[in-house]
Amino acid sequence: MNPTGFFRRFGWPVLLVILAALPIVGIVGEGFLSHVLILVLLNAAMAQAWNIIGGYGGQVSFGHSVFFGIGAYGAAYAVCVSETTPWPGVLIGALLAALVAILVSYPCFKLKGHYFAIATFAIVEIFNRLFMIWDWVGGAVGLDYTILEDGWKNFTWSVDKRGYYYGILIIFALVFSLVRWISRSRAGYYLRAIREGQETAESLGVNSTGMKLAAMALSAFLAALCGAFYAQYNFRVDPPMVMSLDMSMKFVLVTILGGIGTFRGPLLGAIVLVPLQEYSRAYLSRLGSGVDLIIFGLIIVLMMEFQPGGIMGIIQHYSDSKKRTSRRRGVTEASS
Amino acid sequence: MSILTQVVLDGLWAGMLYGLIAAGLSLIWGVMDVLNFAHGEFLMVGMYVSFFTGFLFKIDPIISWIAAGAFLFILGVLTYKLVIARILGKAMAPLLATFGLSMIIKNVVLNRFTPNFRILEGTLLEGRSFMIADVIVPLPQFATALLSLVVLGALYLMLTRTRFGWAIQATALDKEAANLMGINTEQIYLLVFGIGGACVGIAGGLLPSYLATHPDVGTLFGLIAFMVVAMGGFGSIPGALIAAIMIGLVESLAGFYIGPVYKYIAVFGVYLIIILVRPKGLFGW
Repeated sequence: MNPTGFFRRFGWPVLLVILAALPIVGIVGEGFLSHVLILVLLNAAMAQAWNIIGGYGGQVSFGHSVFFGIGAYGAAYAVCVSETTPWPGVLIGALLAALVAILVSYPCFKLKGHYFAIATFAIVEIFNRLFMIWDWVGGAVGLDYTILEDGWKNFTWSVDKRGYYYGILIIFALVFSLVRWISRSRAGYYLRAIREGQETAESLGVNSTGMKLAAMALSAFLAALCGAFYAQYNFRVDPPMVMSLDMSMKFVLVTILGGIGTFRGPLLGAIVLVPLQEYSRAYLSRLGSGVDLIIFGLIIVLMMEFQPGGIMGIIQHYSDSKKRTSRRRGVTEASS
Repeated sequence: MSILTQVVLDGLWAGMLYGLIAAGLSLIWGVMDVLNFAHGEFLMVGMYVSFFTGFLFKIDPIISWIAAGAFLFILGVLTYKLVIARILGKAMAPLLATFGLSMIIKNVVLNRFTPNFRILEGTLLEGRSFMIADVIVPLPQFATALLSLVVLGALYLMLTRTRFGWAIQATALDKEAANLMGINTEQIYLLVFGIGGACVGIAGGLLPSYLATHPDVGTLFGLIAFMVVAMGGFGSIPGALIAAIMIGLVESLAGFYIGPVYKYIAVFGVYLIIILVRPKGLFGW
C-alpha cells in the first residue's frame, strides 16, 4: 500500500487518537497553548459544520452565527435562568437551531448568488437586534454565569482545561466523522450534484429542496453545538459576541482559507488562522489596537488573490506538479 | 397629521442619502457583478476626509464633499487595480477579498485615529432649520438629501445620455461584444469602480455636517446599501433610489410609531419580505 492510500484509510482515526492523547502526555493542561488548541478544534468544527451546506451544498450562507447563537443561548439559558445543568439547554438549543434553519432557509433558497448572501446578512441583523431587546434572554447585557461546581455535570472547569478539551474534541470528532460519512454517501453525491447544477440534478430525480434543507438543518444543529460549547467556555453570552456578521464570517473564512468543499480544508484553515490570530493578538497589542485584524484582513485578501482554493488548493498544486515530474521521469526511464 | 408628515419627510431625507450611497454599490454590482463588501468602509473614509478638511483647514462639509469624492474615486480605482482585477468573475472571491479589505480599512483607521467619536463643530448648516407650514425641515439633512439627488441625477444622465455611459451599459450587458466593438472594457471597469467610490465618497463627505465620525460608522450604512441594491434590482439606478426611499420611510415610520429599537428590525424585515416576493428585486429582471 502506498503512503497516500494509508493516509486516506487510516489518517483520520490516527489523528483522533493523537488528539485524544495530547492531555495524557501533558501538552494540554492549563496554559495559553491549551486555550489555542481548544479554539483550533472549535473553529475547525464550526467550519466543517458550515462546509456541509456552504461547501458541499454550494449555498454560501452568512447566517450561521444565528444558529451558533441559538445554541449558545440554549446552554446559557439552562444554566443562568433555569439554574439546571446545561445539557437540556444544549439539546433544545440545537434542535431549535435546526428548526429555525429550515424555516428561514426554505424561502431563501429561492434566491441566487449575491441575493442569497444579502438575505442571510439581513437575517443575522434581525436576530441580533431581537436578542438585544429581548429581556427574557438578558437583552443587550446578555447572560452571565455564576460560579458552578467543576465537572462534566455542569460542563465547567475553572483552571484545568482538559475537560473543555475533551468536550470540544468530542464535538470535533462528531462533526468531522459525520461529514466524512456524508461525503462518501449517496447524499454527498446529491449535494455536490446540486452545487454543480441544480436543474440538471433535479432532472435526474434529485429532490434538491429537500436535500438542501436537510443539509442546512444538520449544519445548523452542529453549529449550535459549537455555540453551546462557546458559551460554556466563555462563561457568558451576549448578542454581539455570538450573533453577529463577524461571527458568521468566521465560519466562512476558516472554511474558505482551508479549502471550501474539502474534508481536510476546515481543519487546515483553523490550524493556520487560529494560532495566527491568537498569538498576533497577544504579541502585537503594543502596536496599538486592531493590528491583529489588519494582518488577518491582509491574509484574506492575499489568499483570495493568489489561491482562492485555500490551503488545500496549494497542496493540490504541489502534489500535481510532483506527479507531473515523476511521470516525466518514468517516461525517460522507459525510453532509455 | 403634521406629525405623520414630519416623520415621512424625515424618512425621505434619509432615503435620498441612502440612494446615493447605494448607487455606487449598484453600479459596480450591475457592471461587473461584484458585491463590494468594503462599501460601508468607503463611506467611513469619506467622512474622515471631510472631517479632517473641516477640522484642519476650516472648510465646510458643504464644500469638502468634493475632496471626499475625489479621494474615494482614487481609492476605488486602487481597489479595482490591486484587489478586484485579478479575481473578477471568480464566484465568492471578490466578496471575501473586499471583506478582508474592509477589515484592513476599518482597523487602520481605528489604529491611526482612535475609536473616538469626532464631531465637526461650527459648520455652516449646524442647527439651522426652516418650516414648511408646521413641519420642521432640518437644513443639514435637507441639503444632504438635495445634493444626493443632484449627484444621482447627474450619474443617471451620464449613464443614459453620454457615449461614455453607453459604453458602460454595453460592457455591463456583454463584455465580449463590447470589447469587439472597440470599447476598452478594462478601462470601463476601472472607471466604474472609481465612480462607484466617488458616489459613496460624496455621501460620506456630506455626512459630518450632522453625524459623528468614527471607525464603525460605515457598517450599518453598508448593510443598508446592500438591502437597497438587492431590493431595487441590480444595476438599476432609479430602482435603487425608489428602494432607498422606501427603506428611509420604513426606518422613520417604524422608529416613531413602533419604537426606535425596532427600526432596523422593521427595515431588514421589509427587505426580506420584498426580496422573497420578488427574488430579483423590484426592478430586476
